[in-house]
Amino acid sequence: MTTRRHPDRALPVLAEGVGKRYRRGWALEETSLVIPENRVVALVGPNGAGKSTLMGLVTGMLRPSAGSIAVFGDEPSGKGLHPAVSYLAQQKPLYRQLTVAETLTFGARTNPTWDQGYASHLVEQAGVPMNAKVGTLSGGQRTRVALALALGKRPRLLLLDEPLADLDPLAREAVLRVLMSEARMQGMTVVLSSHVLAELEGVCDHLVLLHRGRVLLAGDVNRLSGDGTPLGELVLRHMRAAAAQEVAA
Amino acid sequence: MLTGVIEFRIDRHSGVSTYVQIVQQVKQAMRLGLLAPGDRLPSAREVVDATAVNPNTVLKAYRELEREGLAQGRRGLGTFITKSLASEATAGDDAPLRKELGRWMGHAREGGLVVEDVDALYSAVRDEHYPAEERS
Repeated sequence: MTTRRHPDRALPVLAEGVGKRYRRGWALEETSLVIPENRVVALVGPNGAGKSTLMGLVTGMLRPSAGSIAVFGDEPSGKGLHPAVSYLAQQKPLYRQLTVAETLTFGARTNPTWDQGYASHLVEQAGVPMNAKVGTLSGGQRTRVALALALGKRPRLLLLDEPLADLDPLAREAVLRVLMSEARMQGMTVVLSSHVLAELEGVCDHLVLLHRGRVLLAGDVNRLSGDGTPLGELVLRHMRAAAAQEVAA
Repeated sequence: MLTGVIEFRIDRHSGVSTYVQIVQQVKQAMRLGLLAPGDRLPSAREVVDATAVNPNTVLKAYRELEREGLAQGRRGLGTFITKSLASEATAGDDAPLRKELGRWMGHAREGGLVVEDVDALYSAVRDEHYPAEERS
């Protein structure tokens, strides 16, 4: 039996026995987890483990089929994002015909908490010209603009679905540096999903490992890898153990 | 500018955890005399801005250095090196053994060896002279 906790408004995410079922079966099942404040969280697991489903539940784009989920103490309404949450989807949806400046104006119109100075600063820092059309930008530049759009809202929780996929190593480092600096300075929780573990080594201080729609491992990275096990190895070790158990069962 | 402050180079694909890489790089710099007692280690903020490493990872590395008696955190000031690991033999560009090794590397390069050749030779000869069972 689980005891019902009082919804904690300070917690970016509190999931209790949450599950999501599609016609083909459970994409996420009996998932209970806490995402603590001011952490950089690695949300990892093989394709199909339930990472995007969990993100969808946190953003409110999906409704749980079982259990409950609270974001800063509120149940996602399903009518748009929580005001304190930004979400950057894997496809980084930007209008290719808009200029960078127009993209930021769009951000200002759709977000009541928009900080134009901050968003412009992030674009300038990336060296992206304001009058360039989004469609002409490199993958790395587009990611930086999408990040400025997500951060310009001044979120307390930033969700990024595979933000480093299809970026070259230099652009990856640059994006990670921005994320880490802003997370530290703004006091923000960042959740990064990835299926490439090595790129998150040393970046994240909290880990959520999903496997076949369930939480296989979750917690503070320093505690989980106390002996200095690299993140990738830690995750592989647990996935091998889970696979061995499945074979035995 | 971070003049005189060590900069960490983190290789995320090395298979060595980031905090261990930081500990190793500090110790190496100490042995080479690049870090001496009284020197300040970069703050977690400086490391984050330069390398995208999580501040908690940096602090874990510094706690390990403190635990080993090599550094000490001073509240509000930073973490400072408290011990010397350098000796005449290891510190400075003109240490005789270093120069000898430099000449050897020069020959290797002139001989057309690639870095993997050099690493293989170096670790093979090192292990002959410093057998694993004798190391602490």
